[in-house]
Amino acid sequence: MADVTPATPSGASSSGASSSDAGPAVRFEDATARLGGRDIWSHVDLSIGAGTFVAVLGPNGSGKSTLIKAILGVLPLASGRVEVLGRPPGESGADIGYLPQRRSFDPSMRVRGVDVVRLGFDGDRWGVPLPWGAARRARNARVDEVIDLVGAGAYAHRPIGEVSGGEQQRLLIAQALVRNPRLLLLDEPLDSLDLPNQGAVATLIADISRRFGITVLIVAHDVNPIASALDGVVYVARGRAVSGSPDEVITTETLSALYGTPIEVLTTSDGRRVVVGQPDASSHHAGAHGHRHDLP
Amino acid sequence: MSTSVHLVALAGPGANPVDDVRQMLALHFMVNAFRAGAVVAVLGAVIGWYMVLRRQSFVGHTLAVVSFPGAAAALWLGVSVTAGYFAGSIAAALVIALVPRSPAGRPGSQESAVIGTVQAFALATGALFVSLYGGFLDSVTGLLFGSFLGVSDGQVAALAVVAVVVLATMALLGRPLFFATVDRNVAVARGVPERALSVAFLLVLGCTAAEVSQITGALLVFALLVMPAAAAQQLTARPVLGLCLAVALGLAVVWLALAVAFYSTWPVGFFVSSVGFAVYLAAVAVRLVRDRTRRVAVPGAGRVGAAAPGMAVT
Repeated sequence: MADVTPATPSGASSSGASSSDAGPAVRFEDATARLGGRDIWSHVDLSIGAGTFVAVLGPNGSGKSTLIKAILGVLPLASGRVEVLGRPPGESGADIGYLPQRRSFDPSMRVRGVDVVRLGFDGDRWGVPLPWGAARRARNARVDEVIDLVGAGAYAHRPIGEVSGGEQQRLLIAQALVRNPRLLLLDEPLDSLDLPNQGAVATLIADISRRFGITVLIVAHDVNPIASALDGVVYVARGRAVSGSPDEVITTETLSALYGTPIEVLTTSDGRRVVVGQPDASSHHAGAHGHRHDLP
Repeated sequence: MSTSVHLVALAGPGANPVDDVRQMLALHFMVNAFRAGAVVAVLGAVIGWYMVLRRQSFVGHTLAVVSFPGAAAALWLGVSVTAGYFAGSIAAALVIALVPRSPAGRPGSQESAVIGTVQAFALATGALFVSLYGGFLDSVTGLLFGSFLGVSDGQVAALAVVAVVVLATMALLGRPLFFATVDRNVAVARGVPERALSVAFLLVLGCTAAEVSQITGALLVFALLVMPAAAAQQLTARPVLGLCLAVALGLAVVWLALAVAFYSTWPVGFFVSSVGFAVYLAAVAVRLVRDRTRRVAVPGAGRVGAAAPGMAVT
């Protein structure tokens, strides 16, 4: 909680407040991202404390995945700066584990889960790997270790297109973890999973984050399955972003300022919060509809 | 088809297979056919394995077909037919590389329409060059259906050199190309130059198609590119094993076809395609049987985990 910078109602959270000790894992300074001539978000200042578990929330099309791509360095910023693990984006290599947004692998894809995890280990290297030797054994040991860690041992040797969505997600988390990253970027890992699987995968991610002190940035459509583990929230909407603890960000004041229109955050009798009146960034019809972010 | 083949064909296979093989290998043109067949089988299987995995079979077919107008133009102009094969396939590979693809590699791009257009136009220009050339029909048949039985020592050596260059390139690019094929977004995030690799693979595919075309003809290249690779991918999902299996199947298909054709008056290409087809059908059958037995063995496989705590709200 303490590592996440507090949000300010102006829409721009303070930066640098948390960079005193180890420095934040990710820091945006006055950052603007542009895609196809359109500003996705602009003048974003935020910082993600090292070792925290942070959700990136916001309506469809608000630029959550763009935020992840800017951190990866795949999408250069139009202006401003982003610093990842103390370096410019794209230079952290094995220190970043990435799980992109996707539905699933093609059912006819004849590649095993263990191959996909191995590619995460050394798939970016040129040339043919030696089929023997210490490096080979170390790689295989590490691959087996992460497959065990995510509990995917039973199906890792089956073609990945043939296993269920939840099983694919576990294998992809193993792939993201295989090089011992310090920062894990997960783009909608719970999307397209049924509710029991959402809960199981969310628990697994939170557990890994705590056990190994890995900073986790998880893009989510629904905060509910991960709510109990969250240290902080980044809320992206209407071309802006704020960050802070869930208690600070998901409030009537902060969200109204962010959207520039009255938003109401209601607290239910059991302590969950419901966001009401949030316009969908991608919808063309007028008016607003409710969007729930239930928090314990 | 040379007279010697007809003479041998009339003799037919004898009772002793060792004698048959010895008889076959006593003929230098058959030795060269086996050598050239081995080179194109290995090359076709390795490149084909990637082609099938990348779902670029249509591209591969087009690159093979466009070697025909290239070679026909070379005949007409009186320059090296080999150069013509390569010029046709590499030019088409570059054109296809220019087609913008949809983001995230999803289907729905213009790629297949553009490729089909290139192929149709290429075939038409091939017909034009043949008509301008006005030469013997045998040459045209050779361009389309191959000349397995008329390969010179020099051609075998040239084939081997190209094969070594192409396979060395694949040894260098193979792993990141596999990564970019299976898992494009993560590969890009890891710094794999996916776009450059795609273009490089198209060029390698073009070179392979041009090379194999010279032996099998422009229309039958596809047999050696797609059949062993597709059969191998039915049989195993392990990448290294799959590549080795594709090579073994490719060699088996070509050599068996040559041996059978030796005792027949029918064209070699027919036997290559037929044996390849039979191998593919057998591989599909093996996979279906195996899938069924596994489904019976592991009922309900595919469920994970239990519900996490705190899931009351839906």
